[in-house]
Amino acid sequence: MSLISPRRFWAMVVKEFVQMRRDRLTFAMMIGIPLMQLILFGFAINSNPQNLPLAVLSNDNTEFSRTLIAAMQNSLYYRVTEVISKESEAKTILKRGRALFVVTIPPDFGRLLARGDRPTLLVESDASDPTAAGSALAALSTIANQSLNRDLTGPLLPLQAAPGPVDLNVQRLYNPEIQTKYNIVPGLMGVVLTMTMVIITALAITREHERGTMENLLCTPVKPIEVMLGKITPYIVVGYIQMSLIILAARVIFQVPILGSLPLLLCVSILFIAANLAVGITFSTIAQNQLQAMQMAFFFFLPSILLSGFMFPFQGMPGWAQWVGSALPLTHYLRVVRGIVLKGNGLADIAPELWPLALFLVVMMTVAVKRYRQTLD
Amino acid sequence: MSQPAIDVRGITKSFDGKVVVNNLSLTVERGEIYGFLGPNGSGKTTFIRMLCGLLRPDSGSGQCLGMDVIHDAVNIKKHVGYMAQRFSLYGDLSVRENLDFTARIYGVANRKDAVAGMIERMSLAPYADQLAQSLSGGWKQRLALAASLIHGPELLLLDEPTAGVDPKARRDFWDEIHELAGQGLTALISTHYMDEAERCHRLAYIAYGDLLAKGTVDEVVAARGLATWEVAGPGLYELANRIKALPGVEQVAHFGKTLHVSGPDPEKLKTSLEPLMNGPQSYRVTPTSLEEVFISMMNQSSAAGQR
Repeated sequence: MSLISPRRFWAMVVKEFVQMRRDRLTFAMMIGIPLMQLILFGFAINSNPQNLPLAVLSNDNTEFSRTLIAAMQNSLYYRVTEVISKESEAKTILKRGRALFVVTIPPDFGRLLARGDRPTLLVESDASDPTAAGSALAALSTIANQSLNRDLTGPLLPLQAAPGPVDLNVQRLYNPEIQTKYNIVPGLMGVVLTMTMVIITALAITREHERGTMENLLCTPVKPIEVMLGKITPYIVVGYIQMSLIILAARVIFQVPILGSLPLLLCVSILFIAANLAVGITFSTIAQNQLQAMQMAFFFFLPSILLSGFMFPFQGMPGWAQWVGSALPLTHYLRVVRGIVLKGNGLADIAPELWPLALFLVVMMTVAVKRYRQTLD
Repeated sequence: MSQPAIDVRGITKSFDGKVVVNNLSLTVERGEIYGFLGPNGSGKTTFIRMLCGLLRPDSGSGQCLGMDVIHDAVNIKKHVGYMAQRFSLYGDLSVRENLDFTARIYGVANRKDAVAGMIERMSLAPYADQLAQSLSGGWKQRLALAASLIHGPELLLLDEPTAGVDPKARRDFWDEIHELAGQGLTALISTHYMDEAERCHRLAYIAYGDLLAKGTVDEVVAARGLATWEVAGPGLYELANRIKALPGVEQVAHFGKTLHVSGPDPEKLKTSLEPLMNGPQSYRVTPTSLEEVFISMMNQSSAAGQR
């Protein structure tokens, strides 16, 4: 009595290969997804981020402060994006995420330094993402002291002695206790919404085609936009249920402080939910069957989670990866959620992230409606 | 006389350069049950789908219920009931939910009453709250018919509605169609079954996209001009093979204990069979049935289709 018939086994193998070859899209995905993972993990992701944007608030125009700015610019860790002179601007920059750090050079920095009074540099960092700020902050003291030591020559040479010519006052804003969960839990809202909204809608319409029910639907007077809106609306409700669950869990289980306005968050989330649903519908107009729809959703989900700043600091990625990330709705939504929850941002602060979401939604919806087949042609 | 329900001319449709429906013209009068016949892949489904707006014809023109088939597809849809070849309602909705959904899509007035009335009329009451996917083939078909009737259409387009349905359910189905036709509904029905074709007021036969014959059953049979002999007796199997080779014989088919032998030329067929009539079998002329006519047309068109 034989357990396995090689002939029958081989019959199955041959049939599977033939079917695999027929389904071009699945085949492409099987090659495409590992390639994408390779590129994303290999090149884009950096858990020790460098070239982080830093703004300098300088009230001192001396040789020493110029040296300091140049040193930070030259270091691997920073990229000085703007030099400002007003304190109010510093707050805005951090709130809107234009820079992760603001270094304030006090007005009499040069004079105090020359006198050996160890002037204090105020370093405000956006600690909402602890991994982004961590190692760069640690390096800042060394960079400041070493660069200034080079300028301390002649009579100033004795000032080089420990503990160094300047003192650092580091303030970790938005997440002073450096709790990773404060960053992850609100972000998770965006991730969960992306995952479920895209997959559910992609499957919902593909299923109509696969089961043949679309044929029936198409010969009724129902219009494409009615089908789409009708398909989307129930899942918007589902999206809000998911959001409420996560907000509740964030508050009760993880004790994440919610500084901003919840109604504002709920209002603007509709843009993000709708954007993801539009992606799902677009996929469903391309996919031939539910498996393909699922794979496409995954193909979208992977860069969303890796390049949006959810898992790895956005500012630490190479330029091209930031470009790709900026085209994804999750990237902007994460900034909105984290901004409102951790930084207490208002509408004006999140506005720069809303128009990309709206643009994405309009483009996707246009593609979806254009591609939706009103006939079986 | 009122305007015909369907009046189309020169309808043509190709897929990837292959002509599926070729220059088809058809007129169906109101209240008529029109049978649409032809071999598999002959373009029946494509033609029906063009009538209900599921596909756009490449060329051709005409009207359906007084509306332009090319430009007014949206309005035509409101007055047409369509039943696809494959069950195309929602398996995970109950019978009542399916009907209710369809009624909503069409904006049926007094929806609840309409649905309840349809369930009653189609004797679907015992299954009303059962999921559509759990129904047997015959009941699925009844549900599909109910859904296509819920908005009170003037024209029914049924694509092989009785495929895989048992004879009793088919009989009930046709009784229903005739009753509806009596009330003024027009029906265009595609089918493979000859007994169903005979239940239609008029027929059209289409093969490889070309319309080969149309008219009443008698007209179609007469137009083909086939002669048929019935042979009964012993040794029919060997005899059939001999007869097939004779000149003037187009088809030989076994019908239980008899053979049906047909050919296009009655005299030639008689001449060929006469030498065999001395055998133990009995020979007599019998009326040609629709089936022989269709097989004859099918043979001819498949020969032409392979050109």
